[in-house]
Amino acid sequence: MFNYYLKLAFNSFKRNPILTGLMIAAIALGIGASMTTITVNYLMSGDPIPEKSSQLFHVQVDSWDPNTGFNDEPNTPPNQLTWTEATNLMAAKKDFRQTAMAKSGAIIQPDNPDINPFEASIRLAFSDFFPMFSVPFQYGNGWDQKADEDRQMVVVLSKETNDKVFGGENSVGKNIVIFGKSFRVIGVLDAWQPLPKFYDVNNGAFDDPEALFMPFYLKQELELPNWGNTNCWKSPEGEGFQAFLQSECINFQMWVELETEQDKQTYLTFLNNYVNDQKELGRFPRPLNNRLLNVMQWMHDQEVVADDAQIMMWLSFMFLVVCLLNTIGLQLAKFSAKSAEIGLRRAVGATKQDLFLQYTVETGAVGLAGGAMGLLLALLGLVGIRHLYGDELNDLATLDSTMIATALLLSLFASVCAGLYPTWRACNIAPASQLKSQ
Amino acid sequence: MNEQKERSFFAENWEVGPILRALLRNKVGAILIALQIAFTMTIVVNAIYIIHERSEKMKRPSGIDEANSFYLSSVGFTNDFNTLVTTKKDLNLIRSLEGVVDAIQINAVPMSNSGWSMGLQTQPGAEFDGTGSAVYMVDEHALNTLDVALVAGENFRATDIQTRVASQNHWPDKVIITLAMANRLFPDDGLGALGKTVYINDIEPMIITGIIDKLQAPWVGWDNVENVMLTPEIRDAETSRYFIRTKPGQRDRIMSEVESLLAKSNTGRILRDMRSIDETRVRAYRDNSAMIRILVTVMVILVIVTGLGIVGLASFSVNQRKKQIGTRRALGASQQAIVRYFMLENLLISTVGVVLGAMLTVGLNIVLVDAFSLDPITWYYIPLGMLALWVVGQLAVYGPAKKAANIPPALATRSA
Repeated sequence: MFNYYLKLAFNSFKRNPILTGLMIAAIALGIGASMTTITVNYLMSGDPIPEKSSQLFHVQVDSWDPNTGFNDEPNTPPNQLTWTEATNLMAAKKDFRQTAMAKSGAIIQPDNPDINPFEASIRLAFSDFFPMFSVPFQYGNGWDQKADEDRQMVVVLSKETNDKVFGGENSVGKNIVIFGKSFRVIGVLDAWQPLPKFYDVNNGAFDDPEALFMPFYLKQELELPNWGNTNCWKSPEGEGFQAFLQSECINFQMWVELETEQDKQTYLTFLNNYVNDQKELGRFPRPLNNRLLNVMQWMHDQEVVADDAQIMMWLSFMFLVVCLLNTIGLQLAKFSAKSAEIGLRRAVGATKQDLFLQYTVETGAVGLAGGAMGLLLALLGLVGIRHLYGDELNDLATLDSTMIATALLLSLFASVCAGLYPTWRACNIAPASQLKSQ
Repeated sequence: MNEQKERSFFAENWEVGPILRALLRNKVGAILIALQIAFTMTIVVNAIYIIHERSEKMKRPSGIDEANSFYLSSVGFTNDFNTLVTTKKDLNLIRSLEGVVDAIQINAVPMSNSGWSMGLQTQPGAEFDGTGSAVYMVDEHALNTLDVALVAGENFRATDIQTRVASQNHWPDKVIITLAMANRLFPDDGLGALGKTVYINDIEPMIITGIIDKLQAPWVGWDNVENVMLTPEIRDAETSRYFIRTKPGQRDRIMSEVESLLAKSNTGRILRDMRSIDETRVRAYRDNSAMIRILVTVMVILVIVTGLGIVGLASFSVNQRKKQIGTRRALGASQQAIVRYFMLENLLISTVGVVLGAMLTVGLNIVLVDAFSLDPITWYYIPLGMLALWVVGQLAVYGPAKKAANIPPALATRSA
């Protein structure tokens, strides 16, 4: 029976090729536009570290200007920490993973004379950085706590850096000259691109991770330059690098891993106590305003999903609505032209259910064809987005299986929506009425 | 006589009554078209508004000679690398090149999205708020290189230029600011800012020795993008950025020449990020231009879909009513009367659509303003949008209406 209905549907398409084509095209365009924008939004708002995003907390303390808040409305604490807080909070070691961080950069001078010196970004962090953020290694490991404390000149290379400098071979144990100093390679990362780059969203939430990773205190040891964002409400007292580190300038980030709500409360209490102690030393002139946000809360707070992406998504949903209205109208017109045929079929014994099934097959076929074409259009749309936005959105414009499933569901839903009412109308044609006029 | 003729013009020829009655019998079809028109209008008008807003933003001049300027950075890495000596040598070399107008060392570049800002205030003391301003650290060649003009005061002199070391936090005692910045600091009399003292770092005084016409900060998304100050400094840090202005048409040649000359002159450094201002502008506004292109595409497709939908439905209704049309023709209706019938029918439906569309447009705009802090829409976009969709509807229905008019009266006599 199903095959027969399918055949009837195809006959009907053949009788009205332009109308059918128009319906399929309308659904395809609506689905294509919606899927393109949904995909970009989905990837932008994705959870970069799903297995533990609710246990990783970004640390904020309000060390800002007594006269003007970092943000006035709402009154949120600064988005980064000073060197003083980063080092003090790390030193007050609690029994969980924690890492303060900073971004820097330096010139790498490869031994191989064929490779020109080049500038590379550096992530300064503590040894917990790698296990905390589930960073994958291709060769070797991260450094240990002793390396942190001893300020050892060790470095972990990103996969790209290792490919560039060492041709992709296992470089663990080799030396590399960075910032004019010799470092020992201790590990090489596997491909790693958290989206968003949640641990530091300051220079674009979808930036590439850094090229080099090294112990945090080397910042002070080697006087490594400040990359990322530096913000000061008060200029450093005195001149020079150490004065900057002792200043109220913020350039550092910190994350802690807390497994339970209880742990979180304990840590927050610790933070509040810390700030109160600092107040006694004459720092932290603002009211107590410390905050621990987990990964997704922090991504939300930092508004990593671009406004434009959201605007486009809502506009494309409306676009889909127009396309569906279009299809419903055309479908209705098509069925109404068939009312004589339907009346006849009813008169010779077809039940409403029979007709309902038959026309559902017909509208379903249109919907699926539209959905499939829409998926192709979405692929095309994503190519277009990649082209328009360049490398900054490259990783954010690809379809994964979730998105393909969503597309198919959406098209099924759309075609049912578009087909249900016309089908219902067609089934309710009284058998006699249409025969009379003949 | 005349009066009667006019009344009949409305009462008989325009057939609004019969059209309405016919429409009421097929409400759903008409409602669907009206809704389609309403949503299309909502999207199109809001999209056009966003496009307009973005392109206005993109049109703002940066103040510099965009077509003939570029920049690059030199980063020293050897232990004996001397930034100051190298910078002075490099600048002399570049300035002497045929085709170069002038060159400077600068810490940041307009539209490059990365730079330095400080607050300036008219009264000393931490309790007073400063006005944020981008800082460009430059020498006396800056005005010529950046192609900015003094509207008051004078340029820096060579003797004003101080050396700035890394992590230094005191400032020179002279500053040149933009007119926009002057107006913000001294709202009553911007030009009167000349010679006044302003304070940086809460208490450190600087004298305004010059006011320039226009120069943008590095951040194009910043509300106060024209708040800029120039300070007379040469930086002694590992990285030295050069900004070079060439004679018209010479930029690309000079770019490659400068790169190879500098690379040869000192091997203890790398050169990076060489970029023309044209390219910098493209990068700075890439999101905006992408948004504009996407919205234009969506709008065009949407109007086509809606138009084709109207064509499809109208053709259908013509086919359905073939016999009635034939009968009307046989009873004496002219071809124009048939065309007019369908056009008018569409006009009535469109009117419902655009009125609804106007409400939805405002509604969507309110949502966008609220959620994404866009500006509220200017009122005349609404009537223009209504007019545009009326036209689209009329154009779409004209073909099928014309076809209907060609139905021969004899059709009435044939059986269906």
